[in-house]
Amino acid sequence: MTHFRKSIATLLLGLLAGAALADATLLNASYDVARDVYKDYNPMFQKHWKSKTGESLELKQSHGGSSKQVRAVADGLEADVVTMNQANDIEFLADKGLVAKDWTKKFPNNASPYTSAMVFIVRKGNPKALKDWPDIAAPGIEVILPHPKNTGNGRNTYLSAWAWALKQPGGSDAKAQEFVGKLLKNAPLFAAGGRDATTTFMQRGLGDVLVTFESEAEMIAKEFGKGNFEVVYPSLTMQTEFPVAVVEKVVDKKGTRKQATAYLEYLWSKEGQENAAQNYLRPRDAELLKKYAHFFPTVKTFTVDEVFGGANKAFASHFKDGGSFDQIYVGK
Amino acid sequence: MSVKSQRVLPGFGLALGYTLVYLSLLILLPLGGMILKASELGFGQILDIALGERSLAAFRVTFVSSLMAASINAFFGLIVAWILVRYPFPGKRFVDALVDLPFALPTAVAGITLATLYAGNGWLGSHLEPLGIKVAYTPLGIIVALTFITLPFVVRTLQPVIEDIETEVEEAAASLGASRWQTFVKVIFPAIGPALLTGFALAFARALGEFGSVIFIAGNLPLISEIVPLLIISKLEQYDVLGATALAVVMLAISFALLLLINALQWWAANRHKNSEPLEVSAGKAKAGEA
Repeated sequence: MTHFRKSIATLLLGLLAGAALADATLLNASYDVARDVYKDYNPMFQKHWKSKTGESLELKQSHGGSSKQVRAVADGLEADVVTMNQANDIEFLADKGLVAKDWTKKFPNNASPYTSAMVFIVRKGNPKALKDWPDIAAPGIEVILPHPKNTGNGRNTYLSAWAWALKQPGGSDAKAQEFVGKLLKNAPLFAAGGRDATTTFMQRGLGDVLVTFESEAEMIAKEFGKGNFEVVYPSLTMQTEFPVAVVEKVVDKKGTRKQATAYLEYLWSKEGQENAAQNYLRPRDAELLKKYAHFFPTVKTFTVDEVFGGANKAFASHFKDGGSFDQIYVGK
Repeated sequence: MSVKSQRVLPGFGLALGYTLVYLSLLILLPLGGMILKASELGFGQILDIALGERSLAAFRVTFVSSLMAASINAFFGLIVAWILVRYPFPGKRFVDALVDLPFALPTAVAGITLATLYAGNGWLGSHLEPLGIKVAYTPLGIIVALTFITLPFVVRTLQPVIEDIETEVEEAAASLGASRWQTFVKVIFPAIGPALLTGFALAFARALGEFGSVIFIAGNLPLISEIVPLLIISKLEQYDVLGATALAVVMLAISFALLLLINALQWWAANRHKNSEPLEVSAGKAKAGEA
């Protein structure tokens, strides 16, 4: 019993000591696959901050599905900053008053330090000659994608196909909906998430094409070898943003505004941008984009703001209950 | 005769109080909160959400596959439990421990493993698909996942009850001229019936709420292979907490009604058995006399 008590006491002391070592602690609530990006970025920023201010920072990460993370922050998870993969998730925090209403203006580039694009992953040699959206919406092609209603990855694919159809001569919302409906008919399943879709396509050999983030393609190369698949860039695709914001309520309470803001600003520094590029995310820095051009071929992209008038609007008209996705399945 | 004499351990009042507080904190409070939240919606709105085409289909998929999984386990779980109790064989302890694995395994791991096995190029799927049987990414896959997850409930509920039936009982039945089938139907089944029902009910209830394993093998196509928990997640993705709660409350109400029904059945079965016991004994005697 005393032994037990002793170990508890030691444990508590250890925890206190750990907390005392750092001058401040920041918690970054982030989306799932951002792990690699911030695993490399955090030590970089700690070093930068130490040399600049002499302050040692403790940086903690919390990862999960983007909207789950945001709900946790809204319910009281004390995250100083949120780094997400969908603007409407941060909009939700802005609506709740946790994040500034004009959060997209607080940092450059719509508060998104790096971007990606939706691309096709096809089997080696592209045996079905899939080059653009109409090819993968053609009868007899199997398309693998995550659930468009429940995952950011799936929603980006859906909106990319929609935007392509809309931009065709004589394109309209009705025609786009019909086109996306054809594409969805080619999905033998909706994967639970981005990584699940990848596993289904690469490991279980299902489908002719996987639609996913360009950054995911490089992950696949690491995991499954470069020779097993090809990346195809469609004629038009979505430039996906990864917005970041300071959680005003939390930093005011913890007194960490200075550190939190610097933490996000540093994402735009040369080091921060290069780290993004090395994780296969397109940097905003034009020079670096050129330097890493072998990762990032030129592709014609659109943003959600341009075509759909903002992430919130796109979400409301397509993915809310009764939206275009539901109409495709349930009928008008 | 007094009630007091039956209590060997003291502290009944304290224990009862503790039980009530414990159950309230753990079960009633969260459920109450959920119902309170749902009551922000009118009854009509809740019905609208529950009776939408997608919701109805999801309710059907969820309840039918849970029922199938629980039934499969009631049958095969009974066999497993019987073998484990009655027959000595090498590696029995190992097999016995295997039964608990579905409890311990994170459900997502179970789902991913099953999907890999049953996919068209998986160990099992590659043999099944030429026969025209598709498991992964079909409603059949949901049943497979739920059967896996709920196996321990039936086996673990039945084992102690089967252990309690001494082999002498079977021998007595046989020596009195009962056939093997009669021994099973008239002697063994009445004794294990209530436990089998309990195991079935537990498996069924667990299957209804299962999410982690199912989403990886179901395919999640609207109207075909979406389960209710997925729709709840889908509502939460839209930050529609009220809608999600509404679905949860409807699910809870139906599950509660079904569990209540199963409990009533079980009570009925147990009592019928009790009341008829003396009769069976005298019938047995009469039979023995005739012989």
